[in-house]
Amino acid sequence: MNRLRRTYPVRHGDFIHAGEASIHVKNTLKSLSYCPDLVRRVAICGYEAEMNLVMHGGDGVLTVVIAADEIRLEVADTGPGIENTELAMQEGYSTARDEYREMGFGAGMGLPNMKRNSDEITVDSSPGQGTAVTMVFSVGGRCP
Amino acid sequence: MRVSEMIERYGLKVEAGEGGLDREVRAGYCGDLLSEVIANAAAESVWITVQGHQNIVAVAILREFAAVVISSGNKPDKETMDKANAEGIPLLSWKGSAYELVGKLFSEGLG
Ligand SMILES: Nc1ncnc2c1ncn2[C@@H]1O[C@H](COP(=O)(O)OP(=O)(O)OP(=O)(O)O)[C@@H](O)[C@H]1O
Ligand SMILES: [Mg+2]
Repeated sequence: MNRLRRTYPVRHGDFIHAGEASIHVKNTLKSLSYCPDLVRRVAICGYEAEMNLVMHGGDGVLTVVIAADEIRLEVADTGPGIENTELAMQEGYSTARDEYREMGFGAGMGLPNMKRNSDEITVDSSPGQGTAVTMVFSVGGRCP
Repeated sequence: MRVSEMIERYGLKVEAGEGGLDREVRAGYCGDLLSEVIANAAAESVWITVQGHQNIVAVAILREFAAVVISSGNKPDKETMDKANAEGIPLLSWKGSAYELVGKLFSEGLG
């Protein structure tokens, strides 16, 4: 299979369209017959990264690279960035505003979910420099 | 059990997404924190929540839930209903508490 690369613009603050890029990626992987477990993990990670961009980040892009041996998901934004990425990765840590907490966000579980559901994760961020989260999923031979 | 049967049996109200009433319900999950639900609920679940905003539809699509029940007398927003209609995701409402409905579903064997 050739490499397939798709990019989706994602807008900060846009709760109406939030999640659509991940839904599209999920449907693409499904139509390419990737294992349901892999599709599930990519869907969870895409959603969490997209929501973080929408809530905490700035405008940006979700990019997926689909290959036979791995799926690569990158969500990059031009927002305020993260002061301490190690702290941000800790379960329960959140700076979500109250209005978002009322909507059921802000459990501080997004980044931990991404870590748990990907095979490799890199969070590249610093204050004023935006945030790029890259996740890699290796494609096994057989569905578990 | 199909979504339509569940609606009849428990007296749920269809708010939107009628196109999906034939879906099969194989599991259940209850929660209001989206990151917790998306990570832990099983596919083909009925998801019981108090949240009624449009993002619940994205979660339901991404995890292939059978239906979403908005409990405790809450109602979905207009945008949420439009999205659910477009995607055929059943959005149901239940006047009582989540606890009550989950108890009924669980005691009848829905895991
Ligand atoms: N793209 C981003 N831009 C700026 N800050 C971010 C970004 N992503 C994450 N963060 C910071 O990291 C924290 C932890 O993120 P995480 O996704 O784990 O939790 P959350 O988004 O606050 O809550 P949840 O994901 O459970 O709804 C956020 O509260 C925020 O401070
Ligand atoms: Mg998050």
